[in-house]
Amino acid sequence: MSNIFLLMLTAILTENFIFSKFLGICPFLGVSEKPDTALGMGMAVTFVMTISSTVTYGVYHFLLAPFGLEYLQTIAFILIIASLVQFIEMFLRRFVPALYSALGIYLPLITTNCAVLGAALLNISEGYTFLESVLYGFSAALGFTLAIVLFAGVRERLKYADPPKAFVGFPLLLITAGLVAMAFSGFSGFSFS
Amino acid sequence: MGEIWIPVVIFAVLGVLMGVLLAVASHVFAVKKDPRIDEVLSCLPGANCGGCGYAGCSALAEAIVRGEEKPDACVAGGEGTAEKIGAIMGVEAKSGRRMVAHVMCSGTRGCAKHRYDYEAITDCHSAEVLGGGDKFCAAGCIGLGSCVDKCAFGALSIVDGVARVDREKCRACGVCVAECPKKIIRLIPYDSQYFVQCVSPEKGKTVRLYCDAGCIGCHICEKNCPSGAISLSGGDIASIDPDKCVGCGICASKCPRKIIRTPE
Repeated sequence: MSNIFLLMLTAILTENFIFSKFLGICPFLGVSEKPDTALGMGMAVTFVMTISSTVTYGVYHFLLAPFGLEYLQTIAFILIIASLVQFIEMFLRRFVPALYSALGIYLPLITTNCAVLGAALLNISEGYTFLESVLYGFSAALGFTLAIVLFAGVRERLKYADPPKAFVGFPLLLITAGLVAMAFSGFSGFSFS
Repeated sequence: MGEIWIPVVIFAVLGVLMGVLLAVASHVFAVKKDPRIDEVLSCLPGANCGGCGYAGCSALAEAIVRGEEKPDACVAGGEGTAEKIGAIMGVEAKSGRRMVAHVMCSGTRGCAKHRYDYEAITDCHSAEVLGGGDKFCAAGCIGLGSCVDKCAFGALSIVDGVARVDREKCRACGVCVAECPKKIIRLIPYDSQYFVQCVSPEKGKTVRLYCDAGCIGCHICEKNCPSGAISLSGGDIASIDPDKCVGCGICASKCPRKIIRTPE
């Protein structure tokens, strides 16, 4: 039990996908303008990442591994994740329209999000069990959500800052992201074991 | 050599499976959408200005087709929009009179007196918090462009410290009217020929102190108007009734403050 808790805490804080693994930087910079939309994106990623971790675990262990096709896992996972997201989108639009409109444009956007693929590949390389894989995907996405929402809060304030002209826009954004990443690196000083 | 066929077959099967799954899903989970929604949407301007109160043009199109909104709900569509949507919905609808937004302030930099130098966030609401802006006049345009930022049609600009509307670009969606903290942007008929470009309700003596281009309530325009279109509401600010105005221009030439203007 403590093992599982440790796994989740590590995925959320010390090994945060954005700030220590540098996965999912594109949506992190792209949809972090407002905390609301950032939260929407985070929810969509959490949703997809949990399900994709579950499915890719099955595909790897029951389809690829028996035939010795581990070296094709990247292609297989991309195929699975892309079609899975499409399928979930259609499913939600039909049966859970409220959730569909809440996730909105973000759902198709994360079809090719490297964080989703990253979680699937890490599950395999770390040799997680089924339960661990699902939880790892879920908590890594929670870490993503935490990072993007925090950053959106910072960005909202930056809008009213008056930086030198050369820093306006992306330069300032990247510097700020670096500072937040440094703050997060403080967590890696903790020893959980 | 034979080994290569295993992955090829597996991936081909996987790909076909996924393709079939998605094809079936798109049929099974198909959401029936009223074709009129797309037709109505194509009539709307597509600027997503929010003047109608909905999140965007597609949200309004859905509301119109559901019958929650009338076909003339789009305020920014211009002539013909309501008629076209009415034809799709099978009801009679007429476009209203074309309106434009107008900033009712003539207090450009040289005219209006400032009581302090505002050097902070370029946002009218922030300046408004600081004692109602840097101008003495409580109805003077702050000129920091909050309305300019909100306009979806690029019709607003700041000219010499006062916001100005490009009448041809303006679609009268009313977003700027709601945005202005001073509430000095008004919607006026597009074809109105003369209007008083000041809404300061202060007494003439006070207006003189605050601004060289403010209405002092002298009644000269009212007395000279041949059609009785001008009245001084509240006693200190002239306003012209566009329905009665015949466009003779006598008021504009008589106004001692030169603030009865015609569209540029």
